[in-house]
Amino acid sequence: MTSKDSVIVDQPFVAQDQLGSHRPLWRITLTKFWQNRLAVIGLVLLSIIIISALLAPWIAPHDPNWQNLRMRLQPPSAEFWLGTDHLGRDIFSRLLFAGRVSLFVGFSAMLGAITIGTTLGAIAGYYGGRVDAFIMRTVDVVISFPSIFLLITLVAIFQPSIDKLILSFALLSWTGTARLVRGEFLTLKQREYVLAARTLGMSNMSIIFRQILPNAMGPIIVAATLAVGGFILAESALSFLGLGVQPPTASWGNMLTNAQSLNVFRNAWWYPTFPGLMIFITVLSFNFVGDGLRDALDPKVLER
Amino acid sequence: MSDSMPNNSPLQSFDAQGQAQPLLRVENLKKHFPIYGGLLKRQIGSVKAVDDISFVVRPGETLGLVGESGCGKSSLGRTLIRLYEPSSGKIVFDGHDVSNLPESKLRGFRQQVQMVFQDPYSSLNPRKTIATILSEPFAAQGLYKGKERLERIDHLLQRVGLNPSLKNRYPHEFSGGQRQRIGIARALALNPKLIIADEPVSALDVSIQSQVLNILEDLQDEFKLTYLFIAHDLAVVKHISDRIGVMYLGKMMELAPKRELYSSPKHPYTQALLSAVPKAHPDEVRPDRILLKGDLPSPANPPAGCVFHTRCPKATEQCRQRTPVLQEVANDHWVACHLYGETTSEQ
Repeated sequence: MTSKDSVIVDQPFVAQDQLGSHRPLWRITLTKFWQNRLAVIGLVLLSIIIISALLAPWIAPHDPNWQNLRMRLQPPSAEFWLGTDHLGRDIFSRLLFAGRVSLFVGFSAMLGAITIGTTLGAIAGYYGGRVDAFIMRTVDVVISFPSIFLLITLVAIFQPSIDKLILSFALLSWTGTARLVRGEFLTLKQREYVLAARTLGMSNMSIIFRQILPNAMGPIIVAATLAVGGFILAESALSFLGLGVQPPTASWGNMLTNAQSLNVFRNAWWYPTFPGLMIFITVLSFNFVGDGLRDALDPKVLER
Repeated sequence: MSDSMPNNSPLQSFDAQGQAQPLLRVENLKKHFPIYGGLLKRQIGSVKAVDDISFVVRPGETLGLVGESGCGKSSLGRTLIRLYEPSSGKIVFDGHDVSNLPESKLRGFRQQVQMVFQDPYSSLNPRKTIATILSEPFAAQGLYKGKERLERIDHLLQRVGLNPSLKNRYPHEFSGGQRQRIGIARALALNPKLIIADEPVSALDVSIQSQVLNILEDLQDEFKLTYLFIAHDLAVVKHISDRIGVMYLGKMMELAPKRELYSSPKHPYTQALLSAVPKAHPDEVRPDRILLKGDLPSPANPPAGCVFHTRCPKATEQCRQRTPVLQEVANDHWVACHLYGETTSEQ
């Protein structure tokens, strides 16, 4: 073939090995996350909250359940940093121990919900057809449950306990994740690297877990982060209604329960304020971190 | 099977010519994608992406497939490699019918037929290093372990002109041409006999295209590879192919050796396609440009008779009613057109 009848000109092949400096994926993600100030603030706040909850037994100046009725509703002071409650217990110490409970409920319920949702969503999205239809109709059914009433009924029938709370949260909240993951899988399974994996003879399980799932992790991590905040809020609401974590175990929600009398509101502003503030700051921080992760894990960063 | 074939089929004559057994033989292959609609989501039609196509690929050759976007050439490639389930017809690879094998029995086939994909930005998993991507063929087939696998990966990278020291980098750190070479290395890993290249250079800059084409040609010589090369760029196909098939709306319109096709195209569609190639030189003598009227009809509702009759400048009444079959009009030159000969299919 001469060069006249072809637009392709043979040229010596030059290896272009001159690449920019090596940038691993995690560093790109980290840089992106770092640029989002709110997310960083959220992460710092969350770290402080989580670490102090973990170290509660060593940090807390008082026994969280130690009652001193002569010290009821004391304002913040050198001895009681954030004041005392209606039974004379130290609010700061209780907040630390309540944080353990609330965070534990939030993280455990998140792990349960994300695991169920990711597995079912991945199967539905990857296999499609009848499997997909069955799983997604199940999702519709679960979403249609009036969850608050169901939770109240469950708790009314069985004794409320932390593990039942976690279980019912997980079983009622995996649906959002399932829909999200299914959507991701529907898109990603069409990618050419998935087709390539199929032509190589890779098994379906390998393709789902090794090829597609790592690329769907971004949205899943974001959903998981936001879910923890949501579950903490839900736990607070149920505990506030007396259906969640039972006294004397402290949770941020049930601390608010005892703070709702008019007397407390008028004369002891610190009692409802600090548990409420903890819930607020924690949930807000989770949301900020979630938003930051959403940007940082955006797969578009990797393309082009 | 030969009883059911029309006398003058491209498969039969191939055998009659007494050449070596074809590496790939495609018989009346159809791939129809169902369209669901209505309240009850019943099937209300189908997109006939590949509609009754027969041809062979001979060992060591490069068969080019050209056609407009949406003519079904990519669907054909993906059906041949069993990414799509064929609706009907046969795919015979190396003497074995693989058209109905369940996925679990395709292992051997998967080793011998590989694919190079169009989009180098989507064909490599962005979350994996090059070393991981190139170890996947071996992992999937349970071949080579540990150190030997790593050596193979280095060797593959060298074969496609990349420095093995870059293997711990991620796809996003490479250029389009480099990524496409990694894709070729992956296709090469299992030592396949046939590589289906689905528009492997159309996403690349022209200057990079020739590099990648040259690599493909070098590898073909070195490993005695057979290519099915799908493209819409006529110059690229002309450069690399031995024979060229022209597709239109899911059908094979013309199939001929490269020189034959370019020097004397028979089908009006091929003539129109070739007349659209820009002249390489202003003094070059060319037949006048043939402009096709109208758009590509929908493959969900292809025209009756010859699918090309709605746009064909030479269409007759016969073309509107009867579907022409692919027949040999000159040595190894196959055309599906009523202008040449009388043979028509029953329908």
